[in-house]
Amino acid sequence: MEIDPFIFRLSIFILSIFVGYYVVWSVTPSLHTPLMSVTNAISSVIIVGAIIAALSGSDGAVFSSSSIYGFLAIILAAVNIFGGFLVTQRMLAMYKKKKKDK
Amino acid sequence: MSANLSASLYLVSGVLFILALRGLSSPETSRQGNLFGIIGMIIAVAVTFLSVDNFTSGFIYVLIFLAIGGSIGAFIAYRIPMTAMPELVAGFHSLVGLAAVFVAISAFKNPAAFNLGSPGNIKLASLIEMAIGASVGAITFSGSVIAFLKLQGIMSGAPITFKGQHLLNALLLILIVILTIYLCSTQSSNLFWILIAVSFLIGFLIIIPIGGADMPVVISMLNSYSGWAAAGIGFTLENTALIITGALVGSSGAILSYIMCKGMNRSFFNVILGGFGGTEQTSGSQNKEQRPVKSGNADDAAFLMKNASSVIIVPGYGMAVAQAQHALREMVDTLKKNDIKVSYAIHPVAGRMPGHMNVLLAEANVPYDEVFELEEINNDFANADVAFVIGANDVTNPVAKTDPQSPIYGMPVLDVEKCKSVLFVKRSLSPGYAGIDNDLFYKENTLMLFADAKKMTEDITKNL
Repeated sequence: MEIDPFIFRLSIFILSIFVGYYVVWSVTPSLHTPLMSVTNAISSVIIVGAIIAALSGSDGAVFSSSSIYGFLAIILAAVNIFGGFLVTQRMLAMYKKKKKDK
Repeated sequence: MSANLSASLYLVSGVLFILALRGLSSPETSRQGNLFGIIGMIIAVAVTFLSVDNFTSGFIYVLIFLAIGGSIGAFIAYRIPMTAMPELVAGFHSLVGLAAVFVAISAFKNPAAFNLGSPGNIKLASLIEMAIGASVGAITFSGSVIAFLKLQGIMSGAPITFKGQHLLNALLLILIVILTIYLCSTQSSNLFWILIAVSFLIGFLIIIPIGGADMPVVISMLNSYSGWAAAGIGFTLENTALIITGALVGSSGAILSYIMCKGMNRSFFNVILGGFGGTEQTSGSQNKEQRPVKSGNADDAAFLMKNASSVIIVPGYGMAVAQAQHALREMVDTLKKNDIKVSYAIHPVAGRMPGHMNVLLAEANVPYDEVFELEEINNDFANADVAFVIGANDVTNPVAKTDPQSPIYGMPVLDVEKCKSVLFVKRSLSPGYAGIDNDLFYKENTLMLFADAKKMTEDITKNL
């Protein structure tokens, strides 16, 4: 009997939860705020779905009743992607080590 | 692009996202980690364009919308003050949630574009995944909006509770399950809209009873929700990158909520059921008798610190409110010039979101290797000469260790009272978030400095 592809995706999902669990516990507490902003940015990979939705219209009618939601989602996700990664970068740039000289 | 190739590349971007989080295990590798995240995102977006393979006028519009959103995001990222990070993150969560809802709606209206069947005849599994994604996304959206309004101060931080609240929430959750079942059998778009509306309502209802002091838990929890919403959509779209990311973000948010709850010694359910932070003032009002406190001025404080060999700074959110972090760093610089050892002690819930205080100190050019977490530094208080508490209150209250009647009993606190002397900068003797009196004020070795945190710190520096 063939295995439903859903089971493969479910396996990836469950294993990723475990990967996430161990990786996040190893994040140093001083970087928990950047952790939140970067998880924010990467969860906006949902833009993949938004792009597919936006491009579902035909050439003559780019904005159909379904593709318009895709375009709206693109804006939201793009705010998040750029905002999330840039603000994380801005924060991380501030973390400096003690200067040895006085 | 072949389906196998694109699926493999999505996997690559998923792995890069794992490395992005992995990089955060130390500040040195963190910037590289962020870069991995950006590359992962670029790969995911590029692969999507290539596999849809529709480079017509629609593509141009996609780029335009991408640029609009991107510039708004970049603008916000550069302008936002670090004190407002909690609001920013809450706001961003709401966008992820709403994007998930929009993608689900679009998939429901035009399932053929996603290979999910035809309208009115969507594959059963996809329909369930879509419903879950849309519902969790909607809860994330409205919940985050409320959290944002509370953090921003537009909405009162006080918990809003009413009778039968929990029963109502439970009924609405059951309603969602029933709606999903009916949706699967009828494929009715009306039911889909109702499902989304009810989910918006739930998100709203579960956040309003939570008080301002519990916001660190709420933000982490919504972080987790936004991940599960992304994962739900990932299953619908059969997209590995989205499934991996959703799982990562979901577990990340869950761990952060757990850490925050532990920092306050509260169970997750206790926080969610709400009503804390503003209403409970039981033990505070009972023993209102005036106890003597010693108060001093900047001169006294400077004298104490000048004669110390080691000083531990305990910053809290009040410091950020007073914008005193730069003044504080200048004071510490002066102390260090006098060969006094200075370190910072950070309580897990010191800011308004996980790790918030660390960012605020980093912004004030405090080197991160002088900043320590509660477990790392708590034993050092006994050997330190001066503890300088600025803008923190409840997290230093020894009552948490001694009085089982206290609402904060059992919460991990910084052992500030073990220091030879304690300098406590505060405007008045008023209680903190938990609404209880701080025993530390009345200790023999505590000197209260009643003033604005920034002004006091500047005055001390002058007197050093």
